Amino acid sequence: MNNLSDIAFKVRQHIIRMSTDGGCFVGASLSATDLIVYLYTSFLNINKDNLDDPNRDYLFLSKGHDVPALYGTFAEIGLMDVERLKNHLSTEDNFYWHPNTKIPGIEFHSGSLGHLPSVAIGVALDIKMRGGKNKVVCILGDGELNEGTCWEAVLVANAYKLDNLIFVVDRNQFQANMATEDLIPLEPLHDKFTAFGASVKRIDGHSFEALHEAFSAYPFETGKLNVVIADTVRGKGLPSIQARADRWFCNFTHEEVESLLKELGGDETTELTSETLVVR
Amino acid sequence: MSYEELLTELAVNDERFIVMTAENRALIRNLPAKLGARFVDTGITEQTMVGAAAGLALRGRIPVLHALASFLSMRAFEFVRTDAGIPNLPVKLSAFIPGFLSDGNGATHQAIEDVSIMRGIPNVTVFAAADEQDLVGMIETIWNSPNPAYIRINTRKTDYQHTPFEIGKAEVIAEGKDVTILTYGLLFEQALVAVEILKAQGLSVGLLNMRSLKPVDEAAIIKVAKTSKLLVTLEDHFNTGGLYSIVAETLLKHQTSAKVLPYGLDKWFKPALLPDVLAYEGFTGKQIAEKILGFSTNAIQPEIATPEFAE
Repeated sequence: MNNLSDIAFKVRQHIIRMSTDGGCFVGASLSATDLIVYLYTSFLNINKDNLDDPNRDYLFLSKGHDVPALYGTFAEIGLMDVERLKNHLSTEDNFYWHPNTKIPGIEFHSGSLGHLPSVAIGVALDIKMRGGKNKVVCILGDGELNEGTCWEAVLVANAYKLDNLIFVVDRNQFQANMATEDLIPLEPLHDKFTAFGASVKRIDGHSFEALHEAFSAYPFETGKLNVVIADTVRGKGLPSIQARADRWFCNFTHEEVESLLKELGGDETTELTSETLVVR
Repeated sequence: MSYEELLTELAVNDERFIVMTAENRALIRNLPAKLGARFVDTGITEQTMVGAAAGLALRGRIPVLHALASFLSMRAFEFVRTDAGIPNLPVKLSAFIPGFLSDGNGATHQAIEDVSIMRGIPNVTVFAAADEQDLVGMIETIWNSPNPAYIRINTRKTDYQHTPFEIGKAEVIAEGKDVTILTYGLLFEQALVAVEILKAQGLSVGLLNMRSLKPVDEAAIIKVAKTSKLLVTLEDHFNTGGLYSIVAETLLKHQTSAKVLPYGLDKWFKPALLPDVLAYEGFTGKQIAEKILGFSTNAIQPEIATPEFAE
C-alpha cells in the first residue's frame, strides 16, 4: 500500500503541474486520484502490452474532466512517457481537458456527462455474450448523477444482469459550482442505487485498504450491477483548495504551482491569488 | 422479401449483428426467438440504446437500432453525435415512421427535421427508402459500410422495380427538360403520380429518387440543374435542412444556379390518417402536379394506402 501512496503522490504532482498555463479541473482530478491509481495498479488487467487485446479489462472515465488523474496514472504505470505530460494543452499533442482516444489506454472520449455508463453497458453486454471474464469499470462523478441517463443505465444494467460491470462514483460532494446537497441532493445515495437493483459498497475513496477490500469482493452479487460509492474530498492533498466550491477549474500561476507542490508534501499552505473561479 | 426477413437472414448468419430496440418491435417481432442474446431491447431508453450500441461497436459488432424516427434523431441526438459520430462507429439507425408516416400521432412523433439533424453530424450517413423494395435493396450495403448510418424506414408495398442501390448515387427514374422532381422516401409514390399527370399535360418530366441523402449525388443534381428548366424538391421534411437545402448547398458549391421550387414543410403537419394528411397538406400526386402546373386538371388521384401499423 505504501507503493500505491507513492504512485498517487506522484500523480497528484503531475495534476498540479497541469493546473497552470491554461489550467485544468484540478479539484475533481485530485479527488479521483487514489481510486484511479488503485484500479490500474491493483484491480484491472490493463497494461501497455494488452491495450488491443479483447480480453483486457476496460475503464471508462465518464466524468471526463478528471482526466489529469488518468494522464498522471498512465505516466506512472508505464502506459506512456512521463515527458508527454508537458504537452498539456499543446496542439502538438492530444492532452486536453477531457479524455480522447488518441491517448493510448483511453477507451473512449468523454466530457458530456451521462454517456459512458451506456457505452460501458454495450461493452459489458458483448463480453457476456462471448462468455468473457473481463471486467468493465465506469467512473462517474457525483454531480454527473444529475443526468437521467446514468439512472437509465443502472436500470438497463440491472435488467441484463451485468455483474461484470462496476460503476464507481467519485463522491466528492461537489458539482461544478456548489455542494451537491445544496443543489440537487443525492443522499441517501446507497439506497438509491440499491433500489435500482445494484449491489452497492460505500467506502473511503482515499483508503487503499478500503478500496482493496471492496474490489476484492467483485463480483459483489451474482447477476447484479456492482456500484462503489467512493467518498472522497475535492482537491484532496491540497488544504488550501480542499472541499471548496470555488476551486473547480483552476489556472494557477507558476509561483502558486511551486507552492502547491510543497503544500502537497506537507510543508506549507499556499496563498492563492489567482482567479478563484473559472466556470467552463 | 420484407425488411424483417432480410434482417433475420443477415443477422442469423453473421455474428457481428446485434439487433437493438428501444421497445419498438413492430418490424422485428420475430427476431428475439431467432437471435437470442443478440436481440437487445433496452426499454424506452433511446439514449442508453445508442450509447450501448457504441460500446458493442467498439467490440466489433454491427448494432442495428430500431426506434421511432423522432426519438432516435432527437431524443438520442447527442448520443448519436458524440458516441457514434465522433468515433465513426458502425451504429446503424433504423428510424420508424419518419415524416408523414407518423400520420395520426401528432407533432411529438413528427420527424420532419431528422434529415437535417442527422446529416449535420460528420461521419453519419443518411438514407431514405421510397418503399419496401427500395429499402430491402439498400440495407445490406448500408449495414456493411464502415460508417454510422441513419435510414428513414419505409415498408410500404409497391409494384415499382428499383434499380440496384449504390451509396452516394441517386436513382434516375426519368429525365425531363421542363421539370425534374427530386424526392425521397414516402413521397416517391406520389411523385410517380405527379409525373404522369405532368406528362399528360405535354411536359417533359424528370424524376430522381434521392435515396442517398448523405453522401448525396452531386453530379446528378448538377446535371438536372443544367438540363431542366425547373427543379422541385419534394419532401415530407422541413424545407430547412432537408433536400431543398441539400440542393441549394450543392448548386452553390458548384457555382451553378437553377430555378427551384421547394415542396416541403414549414411547420408541423395536421395529424390524421396518412391519406388524409397528404390531402390536407397538399402532398397527393395530383396536388403536387397541379401546384407545379399552376392550374387544376381532371386527373384522377389513385387511392393512397393507409399504413399497416401505427406506434
